[in-house]
Amino acid sequence: MARLMPMPKLSDTMEEGAIAKWLKKVGDKISEGDPLAEIETDKATMEYEATESGFILKFVVDAGGKAKVGGPIAVLGDKKDETFDLNALMAAAPTPAGGHKAPAKPAASAPAAASAPAAAQASAPAVAPASFGGRVKASPLAKKMAKDRGVDLSRVSGSGPNGRVIMKDVTNAPAGGGGGGFFASGSQPDQVIRVTMMRQTIAKRLLAGKNDAPHFYLTRSFDMTRVNSWREQLNAGWDPKSGAAKVSVNDIIMFICAQALKKHPMVNASWQGETITQYGSVHLAMAVALPEGLVTPVIRNCDRLMPKQIAAQTKDMASKAKAGKLTNEEFSGGTFTISNLGMMGIEEFTAIINPPQAAILAVGATIPTPVVDASGAVVVKPMMKVTMSCDHRVVDGMVGAQFLQTLATYMEEPLAIFVG
Amino acid sequence: MAVIQFREALNQAMLEEMQRDPTVFLMGEEVAQYDGAYKVSKGLLAKFGPERVIDSPISEGGFAGLGVGAAMCGLRPIIEMMTWNFGIQGFDQIINHAAKMLYMSAGQFPIPMVFRGPNGAAHMLGAQHSQFMEPMLTNVPGLKVIAPATPYDGKGLLKSAIRDNNPVIFMEREIMYAEKGEVPEEEYLIPIGVGDIKREGTDITIIAWSRMVGYCLQAADILASEGINAEVLDPRTLQPLDEDLIFASVRKTHRALVVEESWPFASVGSEICDRIQRHCFDDLDSPVHRISGAHSSMPYNEKMEEMVLPSVEKIVRAAKEACYAI
Amino acid sequence: MAKKNGSTQGKGDVDISPDMLKEMYKDMLFYRRFEETVHRAYTKGKFAGFCHLHIGQEAVCVGVQKAIRKSDYMISGYRSHTQAIAKGIPAEKVMAELFGKSGGAVMGKGGSMHMFSNELRFLGGHGIVGGQVPLAAGAGFAIKYRKEDDVCICYLGDAASNQGQFFEALNMAATWKLPVIFVIENNRYGMGTDIHRTTSVDHLWKRALAFDMEHSQIDGMNVLSVYSHFRSLVADMRKTQRPHLCEIMTYRYRGHSVSDPGNYRTKEEVAEYQEKDPILQLAAHLKANKIAKDSDLEAWDEEAKSKAKAAEDWADQSPDADLSLTFEHNLAN
Repeated sequence: MARLMPMPKLSDTMEEGAIAKWLKKVGDKISEGDPLAEIETDKATMEYEATESGFILKFVVDAGGKAKVGGPIAVLGDKKDETFDLNALMAAAPTPAGGHKAPAKPAASAPAAASAPAAAQASAPAVAPASFGGRVKASPLAKKMAKDRGVDLSRVSGSGPNGRVIMKDVTNAPAGGGGGGFFASGSQPDQVIRVTMMRQTIAKRLLAGKNDAPHFYLTRSFDMTRVNSWREQLNAGWDPKSGAAKVSVNDIIMFICAQALKKHPMVNASWQGETITQYGSVHLAMAVALPEGLVTPVIRNCDRLMPKQIAAQTKDMASKAKAGKLTNEEFSGGTFTISNLGMMGIEEFTAIINPPQAAILAVGATIPTPVVDASGAVVVKPMMKVTMSCDHRVVDGMVGAQFLQTLATYMEEPLAIFVG
Repeated sequence: MAVIQFREALNQAMLEEMQRDPTVFLMGEEVAQYDGAYKVSKGLLAKFGPERVIDSPISEGGFAGLGVGAAMCGLRPIIEMMTWNFGIQGFDQIINHAAKMLYMSAGQFPIPMVFRGPNGAAHMLGAQHSQFMEPMLTNVPGLKVIAPATPYDGKGLLKSAIRDNNPVIFMEREIMYAEKGEVPEEEYLIPIGVGDIKREGTDITIIAWSRMVGYCLQAADILASEGINAEVLDPRTLQPLDEDLIFASVRKTHRALVVEESWPFASVGSEICDRIQRHCFDDLDSPVHRISGAHSSMPYNEKMEEMVLPSVEKIVRAAKEACYAI
Repeated sequence: MAKKNGSTQGKGDVDISPDMLKEMYKDMLFYRRFEETVHRAYTKGKFAGFCHLHIGQEAVCVGVQKAIRKSDYMISGYRSHTQAIAKGIPAEKVMAELFGKSGGAVMGKGGSMHMFSNELRFLGGHGIVGGQVPLAAGAGFAIKYRKEDDVCICYLGDAASNQGQFFEALNMAATWKLPVIFVIENNRYGMGTDIHRTTSVDHLWKRALAFDMEHSQIDGMNVLSVYSHFRSLVADMRKTQRPHLCEIMTYRYRGHSVSDPGNYRTKEEVAEYQEKDPILQLAAHLKANKIAKDSDLEAWDEEAKSKAKAAEDWADQSPDADLSLTFEHNLAN
């Protein structure tokens, strides 16, 4: 019976072979062991000996042709002139490279399956932290605790590196505020929060400041157009990768304020009971909000610094303050304080004087506001309001107003500072 | 309880097991007439004779293989590598033969033997005599690997290793052979694969073995004075690892630090860190920390050697970082 | 120390009975047909991986096997199908192991190079060239430790005698007098490299001189030489326990493995050795001594072929390896 002769597997890695040369002809009788062909494998050209006897009826693959291991290369028969139907034979042939074949690679996952049971569903907790402020960095434990307690992670200040929220932050966070849902489920029990030393101190000082100094308040608005464009100029060419501080509006306000204070020393002063001290230098304190409370690090000799220098220092002070690394020195000796809530959208507010200083300037947001200009037309200007709280024992209304007048001049035309 | 040297504890283990089971024999360089390069086998030749305590030629591959062949034929060899640095010569027999014989023979040929000897750095011995081989050998299926830290652990575990029906890699420290510890007079065994809490604590789990256990206990005292209560966990067996003990501890303390002396890449510590982060993820308050020996050959100079290896100070600093206390 | 040297041609065959001669013939013939069947099965794609055939070297495994007893140990490299069968592992289990089946000698977990039987004291089947030699020393050590008089036969190839572990093991065997016969089957080639290109000595038995070890060199194409030589070696060793290195000159007709076309030797060389074919030699001897006729030889050949086919059929029928055993046997209980 006619049958197909397959391409033999002649090496352990062979998948395909080429017939380099047939050593028999169609019609030849072959016996088992007769050299039949020279076959090119992936490794070498080898002589292939017949594994059975018969007559060669046809070459399916000619010299130079290729076939996969197991694919037909010739037709063998028992008789020399046997007829056969090649198509039928081919159709009935098993597909090459099927059947008993070892997998090329062991399943890479098998060892993993046999090792420790499937890793716990340790992916992100079911409820993502509330995204009011963008992604919250928190340790896995902190996330789990926050979820268990219904604490909104985005409202917890992180004390870990890069602001990571860690276990103790969640433990100390007030409950309530709800996580992942507009309405907190059920009512929250009252939380008793321990008052830190820092907060106690701030409380005492501010109480003293408010009580002892008779406060009065002066408000004034400024057109911030010139300040804004000056700021742009100062920051042109700022390279974030350089690590240099970007100049903020507040840095410029501090610069201008310091210059104005030089001209109005009675505002840069302190009630001492029998005397008033007019400070010889301007050491500007700036208010920095921390979760523990408000702190006021001091930029010393601010009147001798240009805005970029002030920016470098305020950046440094702010990060030190946040890391809790300010020294006592850096807190002390302030002669005047600036507090800015403009970035929170506050239009105006009144601050409490920081004793033993005589005044504090509360800065509001810069808001595009319709105003009437010199020609009587209504134009929109970036207007900013400040409110100065003054200790009336040291600063009279007129003195304060004059100071604010100078401030206005400088804010609305900074060049005036340099003209003198 | 007797207080004895580490070397004596190991000596007692071998002596007791050789008395108990006549198929146990000891072979290695200088183990017989010299009483052992580090005197661990002192007195064994006198007690058991030259048929059971055999001085070998300097042929680690040869006598490691001889041990495997003898184990295939029903004996229970203890093969001593004078140090595991030289043991590398025997790695073909340990890895290609001892570790695989049971598997290749589909269970017909277990290999009940112990390969033991000092591992790692001692003091100023230079690059070729200071290597830690546990990362390479814990990686091989078919081997058990033990690294005891105390005479008590050493004796109990060596006895278990000799009775175990698998090839066991037993890693001692030449620099610890003279250290003393309490060892019971009565016979006792410590099961392979069971770790030990050497110091209970609540704030951080410090995982270490061999010489580093002592260092971590010192570090724990320093940390205690700074308000950090550290738990020191000694796995004792590295392969198989007592991961349940580790996970329970980390779930309790929420912070983990692994301390090892070997080179860091693909070390035992890296495996432990991976398992902790996978299985204890939700209980971790900080990333799993690790201290290893530096990825460097070992210098001779004493100060340079200190730079390469962990120290109590480095351990304290890493623990504080893990606790956000730095 | 007494040294044995030189080859023995047909010496001692006077006391080999006709029945044993017939057994030897049938065994060699069966091993030949078995290995040919294995080769065909490989080219048909019935199994994969490595496959090293013993064709041409049958006189060695038959001659040695007839000279030892069941309790003697045997260990070999990876050209070891026939040695495993000679030691007593059923041929169908060897074939099934090649096919990776559950009925295989080691349940499909070892393959061509890793046949084992603890019961028959066949210590493998090893893939690291020369790695088995210290194991053999260990077997010798165990025999001596238990004060028994068994011997261990350690087969290795000519090129394996260049491996460091070979020298280490022979040194220990000679120093401690371990009862091991190190049998170098010198078929002249390590894979494709003529042994003389990589070896400083012209004859491998000279390696024994380094250890003051007894040694010999014999013609491995004559089964009677092999048998009578080993019969006396083993008898001596049971008494003296002194190790021995025997270099057996033999030849493999096929390549190193099934992937190897053997282009490093000429057709003439192969043909020359085929004239010394061990089976043909013994056939001539049997006919000359009127122990067998051509018709017997043909009948035995048919028997051998059908036994080989029966082994293949059995292996075909054996179910595939039990996958639940994949991760078993890494550690013993």
